[in-house]
Amino acid sequence: MLLDVGNIVRIRLLSLFGTLSVVFTGAAMVVSSPAPSQTQQPAPGTPPPANPPAASPQGGMAGSAASPFSGQPQQGGLNIVVLDPAHGGTDPGARGTGGIRESDIVLDFAMQVRRALELQGFQVVQTRQGNEDPSFDDRSATANAQRGAVFITLHVSSTGLPGTVRVYVNSDLPPVTNANGLIPWDRAQAPFLGLSRKFGDLVQGLLAQRFKGSPDTSQTASVRQLRTTAAPAIAVEISSVTVDDRAQLDRMAPGVADAIARGTAAFKPTYIVPNVPGGLP
Amino acid sequence: MTPRWKVFVIAGLAMAVLAAAIYFPILRRRVRRAARLQQQSEVQARRELIQPVAVNPADPRVKTSLFWASDAGDSTLAPVTVELPLSRDPVPRSKQVLNTLLAGPVDAELRTLPPDAVLLGFYLLPDGTAIADFSEALATSIPSGIVSEQLAVDSITRTLEANVPQVQRLKILIHGQEAETLAGHLDLTGAFAVRSRQAQLPASQPLTAPSSEKPAVPTSDKPPASATGKLTPDKGPGKLSQPERKS
Repeated sequence: MLLDVGNIVRIRLLSLFGTLSVVFTGAAMVVSSPAPSQTQQPAPGTPPPANPPAASPQGGMAGSAASPFSGQPQQGGLNIVVLDPAHGGTDPGARGTGGIRESDIVLDFAMQVRRALELQGFQVVQTRQGNEDPSFDDRSATANAQRGAVFITLHVSSTGLPGTVRVYVNSDLPPVTNANGLIPWDRAQAPFLGLSRKFGDLVQGLLAQRFKGSPDTSQTASVRQLRTTAAPAIAVEISSVTVDDRAQLDRMAPGVADAIARGTAAFKPTYIVPNVPGGLP
Repeated sequence: MTPRWKVFVIAGLAMAVLAAAIYFPILRRRVRRAARLQQQSEVQARRELIQPVAVNPADPRVKTSLFWASDAGDSTLAPVTVELPLSRDPVPRSKQVLNTLLAGPVDAELRTLPPDAVLLGFYLLPDGTAIADFSEALATSIPSGIVSEQLAVDSITRTLEANVPQVQRLKILIHGQEAETLAGHLDLTGAFAVRSRQAQLPASQPLTAPSSEKPAVPTSDKPPASATGKLTPDKGPGKLSQPERKS
C-alpha cells in the first residue's frame, strides 16, 4: 500500500518532470538575456544623469581633474585626450591561443598611455576604466562632449607582424553639406579627416622609429569607432595577440605610450579648437 | 498529525526538484546542441542550394585576377591570375568570382576569408550597387582586428573591381542582415567603393599605400569620393545609405 502510493506519486511527478524542466529552461533564458544590459543601467535610487553624453565620461573621469564640466576655466587649444580601450565586458576582442584577450591588454596599455599623456600636460578621459563595454556611439559621445579633444582608440590585432604598430585614420567620408552648421552623427568624422590624418602621421612616424617593420605613415580603414567621432581621431593597433607570452606585448607599452604622448604634443599647435563642443574645426 | 500521503507528496516533490536541478544542465546542453545542429544543417542546405555555381561550358575562359594575401607577410594583397570560365552576365559572374575567392588560394596561409564562409546571395542594383550576402561564418570565423578585417573586405572589393566592371559599390550583408561591423572593427553600415584607380596601379603597389602618396597619383576620370582607392564607405542613394544606429 505504502509503496503503491509512493510509486503513483513518483510516476506523476516524472511525467511532470519534463514540463518542469522546460519551465526552468525558459526561466533561465529569460533571466540570462537581459542581464548584460542591466549592468549598464544606473542602480535604482541613483538619480539619472542630467546630461546623457556626460554619463559615460563620469566613470572615466573619477578621481581626476579632467572634467570639462568642473567649472575650471578652459584654456584654448588642445587640452583633452579621450582614450578608448576597445572592447570589454562580454566582448573580449581578439583572442590569442595563449589566452591573451585584446580587451585586457588595451586597458593596461591605456593606463600607460594615460600616464605619458598626463606628463605632457594633457587631461585624459577614458571611455572605460574597467571591464565595461560601452557602445560605439557611447564611446564617440564621450569624445564629442569635450571641447578641444582628440580621440585615440587602442586595439590589439590578431594578425600582422608581432612587434609592429599601425595607426589608422577613417577612410574618406562624403563631405558634410548641412547649411545649419550641424554635423550629422553618422559621419561626424568627415570634417576632421584632414586633422586626423596629420595627427595619425605624427604618431605613426614616432612609432615607426621604435617598432621596426611598422609603416612610416598612417593607414586608412573604415573603422566604425572613428566614423561617429567629431574630433581628430585615430586608431592605434598593436600586433598581435598571437605572441606566445603576454610579456612581449607588455614590453611594447612604454614605447607606444611615449610615441602617442609625443605625437599628441606635436599635433597640439596645428589643432585650432572649435568654439563649441563638437563644433567644426 | 499530517496525513501520510501529504508526506509522500512533499517528499516526491522535493525529489523532483532535486532531479530537475541535476537534469537541468544536461537538458540545456542538449537543447544547445540541437540548436547548433539545426543551424548547421540550415547553412549546409543553403550551401548545397547555392554552391553549384552554374558553370556553363559555353562561357569563355578568361583570365581572372583574384586578390589574396601577398606572401610577403606584410598584410597587403597580391593578385593571382587564373583562367576561369566566367559568365558575361554580371551577377553569375560575380558569384563565380567570389566563390573562387572564398575557396581560397593553394597556400591556405594566404587566405583572406574564413574557409567556412559561404556566399548566400548576390544582387546588383541598376545604379551599380552590388549586395553580397555572406553566411555568419564570415563575421565569426575571421580573425578580429582592423588589419585582418580590412584585408578581407579589400580582397572582396578588389577582386570584384578587377573582374566585374558593372559593380560600382558593394554592400556586405551577414546572413541577410545589415551588420554594424564585420568582427568588431570594420564598418559595414555603408557601402564600399569598388571602382577606383587602384587596379591600374602596378601589382607591386601595396594596397595600404601611405596616405601621403595619394596626391601623387594622377586623378583622371574617377569621382573624387573614390579617388583614394581605399575602402570608402560611400553612402550611395537609396535606403542602404542610411547606416543603422544604436539608439
